[in-house]
Amino acid sequence: MAKSIDELQVISKRVRRDIVEMITAAKSGHPGGSLSAVEILVELYFNTMRIDPANPKWADRDRFILSKGHAAPVLYSVMAERGYADTPKDKLNTLRQFGSVYQGHPDMRFIPSLEASTGSLGQGLSLGLGMALGARLDGRPSRFYVMLGDGEIQEGQVWEAAMAAAFHKVDNLVAIVDYNGIQLDGFVKDIMEVAPLAEKWRSFGWHVLEINGHDPKTVRLAFEEAAETKGKPTAVVAHTVKGKGVSFMENNPKFHGVAPTQDELKLALQELN
Amino acid sequence: MAVDTKAMRKKFEIKPGPATREAFGRTLVELGRENKDVVAVDADLSKSTMTVYFQKEFPDRFFSCGIAEANMVGVAAGLAMSGKIPFAASFSVFAVNKGFEQMRVCGAYGRSNLKIVGTHSGISIGEDGPSQMSVEEIALACSLVGFVVMAPADELSCKALVRAAAAYVGPVFIRTGRPKAPVVYGPDQKFEIGKAVEVAPGTDLTIIANGLLVAQSLVAADLLDAEGVSARVIDMHTVKPLDRDAIARAAAETGAIVVAEEHLVDGGLGVKVAQAVAETHPCVMEFVGIHDRYAESGQPEELLEKYGLVGRDIAAAARKVLARK
Repeated sequence: MAKSIDELQVISKRVRRDIVEMITAAKSGHPGGSLSAVEILVELYFNTMRIDPANPKWADRDRFILSKGHAAPVLYSVMAERGYADTPKDKLNTLRQFGSVYQGHPDMRFIPSLEASTGSLGQGLSLGLGMALGARLDGRPSRFYVMLGDGEIQEGQVWEAAMAAAFHKVDNLVAIVDYNGIQLDGFVKDIMEVAPLAEKWRSFGWHVLEINGHDPKTVRLAFEEAAETKGKPTAVVAHTVKGKGVSFMENNPKFHGVAPTQDELKLALQELN
Repeated sequence: MAVDTKAMRKKFEIKPGPATREAFGRTLVELGRENKDVVAVDADLSKSTMTVYFQKEFPDRFFSCGIAEANMVGVAAGLAMSGKIPFAASFSVFAVNKGFEQMRVCGAYGRSNLKIVGTHSGISIGEDGPSQMSVEEIALACSLVGFVVMAPADELSCKALVRAAAAYVGPVFIRTGRPKAPVVYGPDQKFEIGKAVEVAPGTDLTIIANGLLVAQSLVAADLLDAEGVSARVIDMHTVKPLDRDAIARAAAETGAIVVAEEHLVDGGLGVKVAQAVAETHPCVMEFVGIHDRYAESGQPEELLEKYGLVGRDIAAAARKVLARK
């Protein structure tokens, strides 16, 4: 069910509305890094990935791992949009509440269609690598997409996995860095500089694409190029804007991990109309 | 229940058998032949963990991770999530200490079918010294929700329990050792995850041990036997889930328990047994293990002696516990 770029943009707008509504209702959560990842997840779930929401454990499916698990709201909203039975759309606003399937960080115990329970930063790429190796061994066509935060890649395990993925020539694995420049304590460059990112991944033996992570067409082309790249994994360094789509959240470290107030929600929804 | 142990007892002789890590390596190859989904992951220690045998026969199913244990555990979990039965091996001290958070998030919380095999456990690794000596991994592994944690005593039991681990669906940690392991079992002995084995009958007290200290406990039982004391010896090869029935029975029938392990007494087998005893049939207990200190370089035998982990020490603890009975 390939979607046109225009259709994806409409979905992205709905997802952004979901994100700010969910987090406002929850009174806690991570709006900035959810909003920065919207176009990428929408492209993956609505076009790039070979998935069947009606058959979420289909053995040959592609898989997505949200290694930056705190951006759970964007994943929940996109999966709900895509129609997974265990991510009901009408329950999105129960995010983070007792009894909700929408746990603070993605939790497979509550949503079996998730590919991994994440939240402890730095671990997703190793998981994706292991899954990719397993699929290759079985001759499956599956491809594996792991989204990392730019702050997250300060974790050493990411580079252990990066080294190993290139060493094992795993070309069914894509790492996506949501390069929004902000982490909890402030701007990434002030906490622990990660630049030059493209050079880092390239020197670890990856094929690297540097893109505008909010331009749906570019995002789509990047995943197409990744799929055509043989003999090495691909890293998509996606330049994004933290809080994208809501003016007062954009590039504002405050909205890494703080929920909007009701008044802020109203403003946000006006902008996202 | 009176058992004439004097008539039944055959003196235990320490006969060195293959190391439990060797038993693991050989069994892994057998498993590999039987099931193409069995894979191995290692962190530059394959010649020591003995996954090298598997690597030689199944190079495509062996994944070198370099000296990067956190990634190794994560990769193994990912392989499990792709339907494989991955065995990730390293020295216990590195696999568990450096891979602990990955064992927690990807193995326990993520409920993957992950098998971690720690080799060179305890102080009996010997000459390499404390940075390589794992004396806390049983405590750590037991704190992981849903993990099975085992410490086999000899070649035969290790082979059987590695097989059991492969057949079991869920995360498992197996503790193995570097030195030759004294033979405890005959070929007919059966093993089951979570089911302790009574290796010597006895009525006056019970010695509960695992790993290398099962053989030492049998030595202790002989020393006690010569003094007219009948000691039951139980191999608690599975620390989690613990065989509480065997413990409750031992407590009720013998009224005194000594626990012996090559591990810090903080958080190890002794603590788990004491908890089960407290909850079922409280009785006097003593604990043989490493008491809040790091060891040093030396021959395994020298170290086990110096750090109080041989038959003589277990017998002394038995006399102490009997005096309190």
